[in-house]
Amino acid sequence: MRRMLSFSDFDWPLLGMVLLLCTISVFEIYSATMHTKYSGFHTKQIFFIAGGIVAMFLFSKIDYHRLLDLVPWFYGAALLALAAVRIFGHKVLGARRWINFGHFQFQPSEWIKLILILAVARYFANLGGRRLTWTDIGKAFFLVGLPMMLVLIQPDMGTALTYTPILIAGLFLGGINLRQSLVLVVCGTALIAGAWTSGKVLKPYQKARLTSFINPDNDPRGSGYQIRQSLIAVGSGGVWGKGVAKGTQTQGDFLPIPHADFIFAAFGEEHGFVGSFLVLLLYFSILMRLIQNAQTAADLPGSLIIMGVVAVLTFQIAVNVGMVIGFMPVTGIPLPLMSYGGSSVLFTFLALGAAMNVRMRRFVN
Amino acid sequence: MYLGRTDRHEKLSTLKLTVVQYGILVMMLALTAGLWRLQVLGADNFRLLAEQNRVRKEPVLAARGKLFDRENRLVVDNYPSISCFLIREQGHAMDADLPLIARGLDLDLEQLKATLRRYRAAPGYQPVPIKQDITADEQAFVEAHRNEFPELFTIDEERRLYPRDGFASHLIGYVGEVSEEDLNNTRYAAYEPGDVVGKAGVEETYDELLRGTDGSRDVIVDSHGREMGYLRTQHAIPGQDLKLTIDNDLQRAAELALGDRNGAVVAMDPRNGEILALVSRPSFDPNAFAIRISRNEWNKLITDPDHPLMNKALQAQLAPGSTFKILMSVAGLQEGVAQDMKINCSGGWGPYGFFHHCDEKHGAVNIHNAIPYSCDTFFYMLGDKLGIDRISKYATQFGFGQKTGIDLPGEQPGLMPSAQWKLKNYHARWYPDETLDVAIGQGAVEATPLQLARIISGIASGGHMVRPHVVVPEQLPADFRKALDESFPGAGKVDIPIDPENWVTITDGMYDVTQPGYLHTAGSAHLEGIDFGGKTGTAQLMSHEALGKTAKGRSTYPNVWFVGVTPRRNPELVVAVLWQNGEFSYYPARIGAQIVSAYVEKQRRLANNLVPPKTPAPAEVGAVWSMPEPGPASRTHSKTGIQGEQSARIQSGHFFVNPPAAGTRSIESQAGCPILATSFCRGCPILATSFCRKGGKPQTSTARCFSQPACGENKTRAAGPIATWPCAAP
Repeated sequence: MRRMLSFSDFDWPLLGMVLLLCTISVFEIYSATMHTKYSGFHTKQIFFIAGGIVAMFLFSKIDYHRLLDLVPWFYGAALLALAAVRIFGHKVLGARRWINFGHFQFQPSEWIKLILILAVARYFANLGGRRLTWTDIGKAFFLVGLPMMLVLIQPDMGTALTYTPILIAGLFLGGINLRQSLVLVVCGTALIAGAWTSGKVLKPYQKARLTSFINPDNDPRGSGYQIRQSLIAVGSGGVWGKGVAKGTQTQGDFLPIPHADFIFAAFGEEHGFVGSFLVLLLYFSILMRLIQNAQTAADLPGSLIIMGVVAVLTFQIAVNVGMVIGFMPVTGIPLPLMSYGGSSVLFTFLALGAAMNVRMRRFVN
Repeated sequence: MYLGRTDRHEKLSTLKLTVVQYGILVMMLALTAGLWRLQVLGADNFRLLAEQNRVRKEPVLAARGKLFDRENRLVVDNYPSISCFLIREQGHAMDADLPLIARGLDLDLEQLKATLRRYRAAPGYQPVPIKQDITADEQAFVEAHRNEFPELFTIDEERRLYPRDGFASHLIGYVGEVSEEDLNNTRYAAYEPGDVVGKAGVEETYDELLRGTDGSRDVIVDSHGREMGYLRTQHAIPGQDLKLTIDNDLQRAAELALGDRNGAVVAMDPRNGEILALVSRPSFDPNAFAIRISRNEWNKLITDPDHPLMNKALQAQLAPGSTFKILMSVAGLQEGVAQDMKINCSGGWGPYGFFHHCDEKHGAVNIHNAIPYSCDTFFYMLGDKLGIDRISKYATQFGFGQKTGIDLPGEQPGLMPSAQWKLKNYHARWYPDETLDVAIGQGAVEATPLQLARIISGIASGGHMVRPHVVVPEQLPADFRKALDESFPGAGKVDIPIDPENWVTITDGMYDVTQPGYLHTAGSAHLEGIDFGGKTGTAQLMSHEALGKTAKGRSTYPNVWFVGVTPRRNPELVVAVLWQNGEFSYYPARIGAQIVSAYVEKQRRLANNLVPPKTPAPAEVGAVWSMPEPGPASRTHSKTGIQGEQSARIQSGHFFVNPPAAGTRSIESQAGCPILATSFCRGCPILATSFCRKGGKPQTSTARCFSQPACGENKTRAAGPIATWPCAAP
């Protein structure tokens, strides 16, 4: 029998931590954009967050099992949307990523993350935790690889890369064994090396962006510039930071896009090591809380959904913060819950909504 | 239908989730470690980098010191100008912008690239000057493209403005960007590429004083180079203004007198070595150097066979010709040889098998007419009697073959040959026949116009030799003066005693040169009513025989000289004129005469018509005085006469007193100063005191007791009510 759903089962502590991060984000966006043409973006971000919260609640109301039932349709629609972008897309800076509906811009590649989380969860749940055959693995690759290729040719390498953790998490939790994973790692490495050296897959600017983080001073004017400015921003923040709206790198417009991709650098400059560490701690707590929810989920697909969300968030945090502190190349992956941007905020809240969805139904049946 | 929910006991293994948790923990720790490395360990370094990012050092250029003439008239000024600079540390790919920048600023693209290449070694924050003195249009281009070309910025500076038409250009010199060779020189250790530096003349010698100290300003900029504020401004210290010894009027007279002739003029005060005028021709426009000079213009200047950049007044080393005969006369008379020489000039002399010509058959010649005639035969014989060693001794003593030590760069020493000189340089014995050439200022003798001016005026001053200079030394810092003396060594200031009798003989001879008279070489340069002497000189470019054979299109006219002094003894002015290929020596004599007359006329005008400056105006004074006995009072100082009723004891009158000049008893008139007060000196026959009120403001005046020297002390009082004070005398 079905117990009545109650929002008392909603993960309120998790929502509290999320909203704390969002508050930090709004203040940092305010500080980073106050003297630029982006000033006022913090209010837009507040609307995005509010919208995200509403969407999250609505999303959590729909039973995830029903969502999983519908996933094939979503998946098909996503592929169509990607194809539409390819054909009707609005070209910005050499990439077709958006479809314009009047004032509203639609970027399908963000939504596909969510669909892929559900699709991968469904796929591996259906396998029921048995040992994976190579065919199973091949199907999983195809499932994620098809939309990924379509996003890659937009080209939007950053978003495409965020699909891989979904696949990896699915494979890992779905029951891949050690030998299979070793084979995959070796093949993957060989494939990446081949793609790198062939020079046909990656465009030169992408290559430059991927390598310049290793030694940004080699090309301080070009692709290393962003990394270099980011490192200066974070490093010059010191232990306690320069104070709100006092970051010279941020206020002097040296730091690129300080309200979006490099918001963590702006935050690190103004709030120093202490502030940055607290934010990382907050992220860590959120992720741990999500994993706990996965553990208490009522069934395997629920756990897989939450772990998919964890994988994507973890990947984005690692890549974005890693980029800001010079561990990772510049990929244009936003920091969830902090970077400015409607699509990113909406995706994150929907993903959290999916996790809530699972949690709320942990006692069902 | 989705089937997964059927098996609801299927769960993820806790082990795998734990692995994921630890994985996330490791990632977080790695990120924290990265933050620690940047924000805790590297904070200082990154703070420095952040400062460098946002702070741009802009130079505040110091205005160069102005140059004034001896009467404080402006000679070299500055004018405000705008220069365009380019900063390289912008995080902005500049190479693509360069063609557009070149077009907007009307620059040659290759030249712009070359400029940037030259600065490659300089530190990145140092701005590169790419165009100076930009027009309003170009400035508008820079302002309008702040966002597109954030690397461009402009600064205001003061640029040199020189007199037009090359007025005094060789004396003043010019400025230009410091060259790469100069930067390697220790003298220019403090300079940086792009600095403007004096390149010739006074600009070079006094660069250290003139240039001032550049300031700087730390400007806060954003990543587009837009100025957001200032941190710190260090103001520029302008260079020191310098007062030159030249007299604009005389310089102008000299420039006009020489005209376009290829040569030089030096006018100097022989009493102290102050250069009053210095001209070299052909000339150049120093303003062309103030901004970067174009290659074409430069090539034209350096390939011109007449060497416009050469300061001929101190760099042209040429045979002095007959002007050398003054030195010969000194040597001959001082050695007691010339006094009794009475020769017969028959057009030349040739005791050693080679006949040396004289211009004329002068007939009977002695020392008195040898100078005005410029009789070669006389000086051949005198030279032969003296011998090269004695000639060389005197010539060297008076400064031939040595720099004068003038404070201008590039002075040449000239040359005075001697037996040792020949032995050393040609490994040959001196032939007595060669002495004959030297005796008339030819052969190997070489001198510069400045040298001749110093030597001949020194002789005319009784052996008082001076060190020429173009900047009034009193205004210079002591250590700079000392360094200046050391870096410009020369014959300098010496006194060489000349027997007064000989001195009179020589100066009279020089005086006769410009007197109208048969065979007087510069009779046509005679100036009526001016005590003006001199000596002409004609120096053949080659021997009489070779002349004409090898003309090859170039003028073979001899170089002609004139050195004139006024007055003839202890002169106030010496003028040396060189005209290369001028043919006849009375031409430069006329040039010299023009300059001398310009000088004398100015002096006379000043003496007659203008009140000497800084002499306080005399005041009209009404006075009443007592006369114990009528005797001394008759020695009146009144010009206007005594007014009022005469009395035995008390007299009154009207005076014009010239109060402060101590020891002056003259009373002169001056209008426009009303009488304010008179006072008495008790016990003295006369005392006139004035309190003059000018423009409503009382002035201090001096009361002076005129009649009794014992009481002659000056008493100065501030203006006030009628003052009386006792006289110290009984």
